[in-house]
Amino acid sequence: MLDIAVIFVGIVLAISLVLNIYRLFVGPNASDRLLALDTMYINSIALILVYGMHSSTTLYFEAALLIAMLGFVSSVAFAKYLLRGDIIE
Amino acid sequence: MNDVFEIIIGLLLTIGGVFIFVGSLGLARLKDFYARLHAPTKATTVGLGSVLLASMIYTYATEGYISVNELLITLFLVITAPVVAHILAKVAMHHQVKMMPKTRNAELVKLARKQLPPDATVDIEEDSRLP
Repeated sequence: MLDIAVIFVGIVLAISLVLNIYRLFVGPNASDRLLALDTMYINSIALILVYGMHSSTTLYFEAALLIAMLGFVSSVAFAKYLLRGDIIE
Repeated sequence: MNDVFEIIIGLLLTIGGVFIFVGSLGLARLKDFYARLHAPTKATTVGLGSVLLASMIYTYATEGYISVNELLITLFLVITAPVVAHILAKVAMHHQVKMMPKTRNAELVKLARKQLPPDATVDIEEDSRLP
């Protein structure tokens, strides 16, 4: 039963990533694309965790932690660049 | 693995997946940027928290110890998601992203872009202190 739930959630997360890619390509201005990129970080963290449960290993949690931290830092850096035209003034 | 654990993990995973899907659907379907900002930053955070909880229970059920990594990810995400949402709203405000026509109090954005309080009486066009 758990296998079915894991595979179902994996498929749902894949569809969510496709929707985010749609917004990443279509989005009318830069802030829309940045929001889509930030959502893609979160969805990929969830996908990595679900894959770790599927293959029953705890090896992937460090990768998820790394994506969470670097995703936040890169989102803030992109937004700062859009806001001020420079990252560190 | 115990049957009770399987049911709890399956329920938490399904709830998390549905919340993440609703957030991404809102990102794709809603009409303007300020409405689109709500969906991923709230619903997706709840969904990822649920998936992380399921993963933590899974680690406890199979390996027999409580993993700290998931707690760290949850804490970090709950702290950082509102920061990203706030800074993105600021980016959109200063880039003058188009709003829906029925947005209420849209004239306050002019004051907010100059960092003035909502009841400021300064005439925005003629104030020479402001750029």
